[in-house]
Amino acid sequence: MALDSNLQQLLFGRLTLEALPLHEPIVVVTFVGVALGGIAVLGALTYFRLWGYLWHEWFTSVDHKKIGIMYIVLGIVMFLRGLADAIMLRLQQAIASGGSEGYLNAHHYDQIFTAHGVIMIFFVAMPLVTGLMNYVMPLQIGARDVAFPFLNNLSFWLTTSGAVLVMISLFVGEFAQTGWLAYPPLSGIDNSPWVGVDYYLWSLQIAGVGTTLSGINLIVTIVKMRCPGMHYMRMPIFTWTSLCTNILIVATFPILTAVLALLTLDRYVGTHFFTNDGGGNPMMYVNLIWIWGHPEVYILVLPAFGIFSEVVATLSGKRLFGYTSMVYATACITILSYIVWLHHFFTMGAGATVNTFFGITTMIISIPTGAKIFNWLFTMYKGRIRFEVPMYWSIGFMLTFVVGGMTGVLLAVPPADFVLHNSLFLVAHFHNTIIGGVVFGLFAGLVYWFPKMFGFRADPFVGKIAFWCWQIGFWVAFMPVYILGLMGVTRRLSQFDDTSLQPLFITAAVGAGLIGIGTLALVGQFAVGFLRRKDPAYADTTGDPWNGRTLEWATSSPPPAYNFAFTPVAHDIDAWWDMKKRGYSRPLTGFVPVHMPHNTGMGVVLAGLATVLGFALIWHIWWLVVVAFVTLIGTAIAHTFNYNRDYYIPAAEVAAIEDNRTRLLAGKVTS
Amino acid sequence: MTKVSSTSGLAGEAPVFFLTETDEDHGHHETGTNLGFWIYLMSDCLIFASLFAVHAVVGRNYAGGPAPVDLFDLNIILLSTTALLISSITYGFSVIAMQSGKQQGTLGWLAATGVFGLIFLGLSLYEFYHLIHIGATPQVSAFLSSFFALVGTHALHVAFGIVWLVVLLVQIKQRGLIEANQRRVLCLSMFWHFLDLVWIVVFSFVYLIGVL
Repeated sequence: MALDSNLQQLLFGRLTLEALPLHEPIVVVTFVGVALGGIAVLGALTYFRLWGYLWHEWFTSVDHKKIGIMYIVLGIVMFLRGLADAIMLRLQQAIASGGSEGYLNAHHYDQIFTAHGVIMIFFVAMPLVTGLMNYVMPLQIGARDVAFPFLNNLSFWLTTSGAVLVMISLFVGEFAQTGWLAYPPLSGIDNSPWVGVDYYLWSLQIAGVGTTLSGINLIVTIVKMRCPGMHYMRMPIFTWTSLCTNILIVATFPILTAVLALLTLDRYVGTHFFTNDGGGNPMMYVNLIWIWGHPEVYILVLPAFGIFSEVVATLSGKRLFGYTSMVYATACITILSYIVWLHHFFTMGAGATVNTFFGITTMIISIPTGAKIFNWLFTMYKGRIRFEVPMYWSIGFMLTFVVGGMTGVLLAVPPADFVLHNSLFLVAHFHNTIIGGVVFGLFAGLVYWFPKMFGFRADPFVGKIAFWCWQIGFWVAFMPVYILGLMGVTRRLSQFDDTSLQPLFITAAVGAGLIGIGTLALVGQFAVGFLRRKDPAYADTTGDPWNGRTLEWATSSPPPAYNFAFTPVAHDIDAWWDMKKRGYSRPLTGFVPVHMPHNTGMGVVLAGLATVLGFALIWHIWWLVVVAFVTLIGTAIAHTFNYNRDYYIPAAEVAAIEDNRTRLLAGKVTS
Repeated sequence: MTKVSSTSGLAGEAPVFFLTETDEDHGHHETGTNLGFWIYLMSDCLIFASLFAVHAVVGRNYAGGPAPVDLFDLNIILLSTTALLISSITYGFSVIAMQSGKQQGTLGWLAATGVFGLIFLGLSLYEFYHLIHIGATPQVSAFLSSFFALVGTHALHVAFGIVWLVVLLVQIKQRGLIEANQRRVLCLSMFWHFLDLVWIVVFSFVYLIGVL
């Protein structure tokens, strides 16, 4: 028996049958649902013989456009998970009042709020932001691809690997119960002895490597691969915000890597970085993780600001007001975001001087942000505004985000923060900025660039339903949370004795329901667009459905693999607008072979091995750790022996694709 | 580029809106790798910066355990530092040989670099073994935790650099000093000198100031 258990431990580490949460009916039902859905999807892929297509055209693709779309699909899938978590939390808080324990036990509830935060930031917002940057930015600068196409594919799969580990934690073992930043000593080995925090650590570590590599990749792309004539002060604002965001990624994710590694050492080796004994210092963890964490929110919101700049200028039919001030505001925010981290824990006791410094730097950030808001307003002023769906999201953003920004300035006042710290007021504030800023921006961007990606528009009517459900749902869901916070309710509680709070919690749950309906409509607008894609009102044969201003609208929708048959030359800030105005005519002959990178399955293989490695580390299956690690390094080295990484698309093929587009454009004119 | 700026400036003449030659983007990829690797090094530098910051905060929390002055043998550290500094010089000679197209010289100097790297790594491992042997393990105090994390991370980087160096030796032997291999030699060169630089800070900050 003892031998048996030793053998079992050797083979499976901590993994036993008891690790399956069979005692949690909610999880079991979810698992059955996911399993049936998964089998249906896999069956359909097999039945329609799509595996080869997916593998050759998508999974192994090094095309920045396809990788961008895969990032977006990952982000939307994970968004559904994160939203399901959110609705469960809202239901629990609405029910668990006056002695009722609600329907979630504390262990389960704690995992859900942790997973909700982790998933929404790392596996929803980050993939959606990275996906849009990947898709749009190279087109905006007139490039054929990113600087390191294979690395781009690998980055995507590493992010996916992290998401897969988080999803596995739902059905095998548990997820962290620590909150999304896993503060020690709660996340230390004494207080969180099982696998939850380890899932958290390894999934973020693997995804973080992918994010850092993608950050490096996109910086080099912007610095080195802009088309002739496009100097820095002619770059579209979305490209500018992408540059700043990726600089922030490279400047902060290594700190996250380091601090998570140190917590890992505390848990696996027994070191004393963040323990209460042995000279460790838990507040060091809080400092380090927020040195990453605060810039992180700007990593998310800066590209959203870029999206609004593109949408507002295009749909107002005007050049963006204050281009230069927009660039400087972005750069200021980039720098300032690095020196405000301590406002997340004024209550640490650093003293009045330190708190004052960080309070003031925090308030200063609202100045460049306010400048941006005025730039968008002045762009709309006397513009010929078209109320398309992306414009709805942009206006909704301006109204909503300003409120979130002002509650942020309020929280930046240390004495106020001492009262509101860790309250639901804070929860309402950051949802106000992240939903009103990042999420609205991403939705605006998705609808705006959707025709570019697929060659047909999303349905505007369903899109407006999505907007109104989200806009109203947001206010209904979070205004009660603000009020509850002012009444002194702290965050992350699973039940409330005071029944007078219940009406507000029920209102918030209704708001969450509206947001849920809005999300169905959000996906629905793309589905309806797909069904009507042949309808001339939906199909985009011109490549320029919004009468756009920047270079991504100069090529077809969807663009060919090589983006531009000839590298464009920029003469103005809105290069494509300038080209249209000055009688640009599309080249019809003289095509030459285009130099392109080969597809490769290495990204999938390496990320797959990283997933196995992560799983083995989480469950202490040491033999598998060694095997996976050695194979991972060996495979990576083997890949470096492959020198044959690119090829030429023959001129005849380029000519065929371009002639096809010529016919499409001509068809548009006659009909 | 010159062609573009000359035409766009002139009034009346039709502006050039696209390039007809496509050889342009070749150059982009080559210079991109160096810049990308440089940015990667800066991100790695931030990992070390975090570890240094941690050492600055908890480096004197001995928790009743030994202090640097009880543990460090500066003679060994001087030896290993010398080995690492020499390895940077030999790497420099390797790059010079590569730039004058001498494959044998490149390989020889690279191999010498690897040997000095191994000496450094061996001394580091010996120091770790010695410390653990006398009971100064990472679990004793925050000071030792951060010491092992910082110096260990550096040693891991050197070990990785040596693996890379061996792979590169094989690749140069197989394919000669082709453009791709030259680029790799230069990237590893940046990596190697970077580790040298980090070590100088470790040497001064952890060892010298530690035993003061």
